Amino acid sequence: MEIDTSAYTEEAYELLSELEDSLLELEESPGDQELIGRVFRAMHTIKGSGAMFGFDEVAAFTHEVETVFDMARNGTIRVTKELIDLTLAARDQIRAILDASTGGQASDKVKGQKIIDRLRALVPKGDGSGAPATSAVASSKEKKETKEDLHSYRIRIKPVLELFANGTNPVLLLNELAEMGTCRIVAFYDALPDLSELDPEKCYTSWEVFLTTAADENAIRDVFIFVDDQCELNIRLLDEEENLDQEGGDVKKLGEILVQRGDLSPDALARELKPLGTRLVESGVVSESKIKAALTEQQVVQEKRDRNAKADASASVRVPSSRLDTLVDLVGELVTVQARLTQTSVSLGDHTLVLISEEVERLISELRDNTMSIRMLAIGTTFQKFKRLVRDLSTELGKQMEMTTEGEDTELDKTVIDQLNDPLVHIIRNSIDHGVESPEQRIKVGKPVVGRIHLAAIHSGASVLIRVEDDGKGLDPKLLRTKAIEKGIIAPDAELSDKEAYQLIFGAGFSTAEKITNVSGRGVGMDVVRRSIEALRGTIDVQSELGKGTVITLKLPLTLAIIEGLLVTIGGEYFVLPLAAVEECVELSRQDVERAHGRHVINVRDEIVPYIRIRERFNMTDASPDVEQIVISEVDDKRVGFVVDSVIGQHQTVIKSLGKTFQHSEEFSGATILGDGTVALILDLGKMVRYVEIEQSNEMLAAAT
Amino acid sequence: MGKKIMTVDDSSSVRQMVGLTLKGAGYDVTEGVDGQDALNKLKATQVDMVITDLNMPNMDGITLIKNLRALPQYKFTPIVMLTTESQAGRKQEGKDAGATGWIVKPFKPDQLLGVIAKVLG
Repeated sequence: MEIDTSAYTEEAYELLSELEDSLLELEESPGDQELIGRVFRAMHTIKGSGAMFGFDEVAAFTHEVETVFDMARNGTIRVTKELIDLTLAARDQIRAILDASTGGQASDKVKGQKIIDRLRALVPKGDGSGAPATSAVASSKEKKETKEDLHSYRIRIKPVLELFANGTNPVLLLNELAEMGTCRIVAFYDALPDLSELDPEKCYTSWEVFLTTAADENAIRDVFIFVDDQCELNIRLLDEEENLDQEGGDVKKLGEILVQRGDLSPDALARELKPLGTRLVESGVVSESKIKAALTEQQVVQEKRDRNAKADASASVRVPSSRLDTLVDLVGELVTVQARLTQTSVSLGDHTLVLISEEVERLISELRDNTMSIRMLAIGTTFQKFKRLVRDLSTELGKQMEMTTEGEDTELDKTVIDQLNDPLVHIIRNSIDHGVESPEQRIKVGKPVVGRIHLAAIHSGASVLIRVEDDGKGLDPKLLRTKAIEKGIIAPDAELSDKEAYQLIFGAGFSTAEKITNVSGRGVGMDVVRRSIEALRGTIDVQSELGKGTVITLKLPLTLAIIEGLLVTIGGEYFVLPLAAVEECVELSRQDVERAHGRHVINVRDEIVPYIRIRERFNMTDASPDVEQIVISEVDDKRVGFVVDSVIGQHQTVIKSLGKTFQHSEEFSGATILGDGTVALILDLGKMVRYVEIEQSNEMLAAAT
Repeated sequence: MGKKIMTVDDSSSVRQMVGLTLKGAGYDVTEGVDGQDALNKLKATQVDMVITDLNMPNMDGITLIKNLRALPQYKFTPIVMLTTESQAGRKQEGKDAGATGWIVKPFKPDQLLGVIAKVLG
């Protein structure tokens, strides 16, 4: 559950000013029990809710002051000017700690300790029995809590049969434990009676949970607070030392010695050697679930030890990335040659040759996958860089931000990762600058003061999705529309869906920022982002809810160098369409064309699909065949057909860039070399659709004037 | 649709505070002014959870819990009672009657939601 800490800080500030008033009044009439009680209650609440909302430092400090004042309340010590001075100083210190925790300057810890020391000095020495003892307990406990080490616990939970009768759902308790850290749960069914005797309203199951967490034992016990009297709860810290003696010496095992002396053959040893668990179960000494629990315990300890041993030393080789690039190029060539080999061997009709070529094909595709995986990098390091960016930007803009990440392990081609940096910087900047509100505004609309930005990377088929989420004010479709009309990007009477309105932010020269800041607002940005993402053959998508936040999703291909393509011909030329976008192929006869009365649409199973005649687009003048093929593809969430002469089939495509001369031919994303040495152009379907749309709207505008 | 929670208290301000908190968190809320009222309403419509005060006119919380546990449709429904610090003894009484858990008054909205998340999921 998200805890809104602003509620606490507000209340705490209020209580602090109340506290100040009460203290000043108390100075006037030091004997007023009512006033002393008020001071005590104010501090009690600050401490109590402070701990609840995670303001541990506030809670710990206030506890000390409260302890002393409790004595004043009991009459153990008298209210003196010194006590009031110190309490006032303490109040300022609490404020400083609060300020620090909400983004202000760090509080002066030395000063805080001095106040506590002097407060403690007020306590009469002879009366060291109650209060100082409790404060000592509290501080030692606090020390334990602040320790950030992870501990592994074994938690045995054995509920009473009647657990369900109180409406308790043990699954929820286990889930709660699971949320505290890494958790493994083993269930025991030993107590389960035969079906005929089983009462479905009773809880026969018990559990052993192995939890590795930063929380301490008390936090674990707290989970079971409501079932305290209905559960046998046994929590034990799994300490490494206990298991050390097992790995201590490298004494040879009996079996190994016997084999070495030639008394036993290795085969016989393997036959006789059964895991201890299996033997114990077979002899009926221990039940199977108990073995399972013990094995899990072993595993948890092992994992913890591994973590401590820093498995970083895993064998890795660093090589210059240029060598990798060369390797990928070579594999690309190999794939091309292999295509030729396949083609030749089939046309020669030599059975032996075909077999060999198939073998080669299999090996090369494995080689290709392996080579590609070498180039894969986890996106985590890129995410890590943004932590600093978010921090610096939010300070610069006077906002408080917190960045969380997810899926750092997700791997992407190195080239993609390298080229992803700038677009992501732009998007994050935009989110912090335009998306997330100022702290004052956030408080006003009841959001946590600290804005949240979340970066996530997720695998999705042959693509990786990268999501940038913020909890800012979201995009306002109305405002976007107005701005777009102002800038003449859309016609004043244009009707836009919200989704189309969001797309406007990717237009060149578009900015809705009221004022231009150092960070953004000059209207260069999102259009550049869109272009660079498309250059990576990716897509970008915006979702937003006004007042709630914005999610920008980048969909990127796993790799740039090799794609699966659909090979087609038009007028004797070869073209490749990216297979990932292709949905189906249908025929287009002359009658279909005539029936549509000149419009480029076709009826596919009662759905009207517009199509683009590639032949016309590229001014290929030769006559089209009687029956053409339409390759229906998904472009920007819409189905669009592309008319070709014939479809040849799937083709593993090594992408070669077209070079400088053709860099303005944006309708092609590259070229590839076919088995017989012919060059085939790779079509960029998204660009083609957009060009046609622009041309058509221009024609319509021209016709209108 | 959110889960349905019945809040039972003779104090309208407590009902209001609990109600606002629950609605804010997306739960559906129905109210009962005392144990008897709640029992009648609960028999008519099924809820996913009950939050009840203990000291109430007509029928107190403990009796309500006992009555609810006797109904088949509320046998396993989470029931949380509102107690004060001075009523430590009644906590046990409530548990024996079949309460799932308790919240000590006064409490913060977050505490309340925390307890609900604990017993209702």
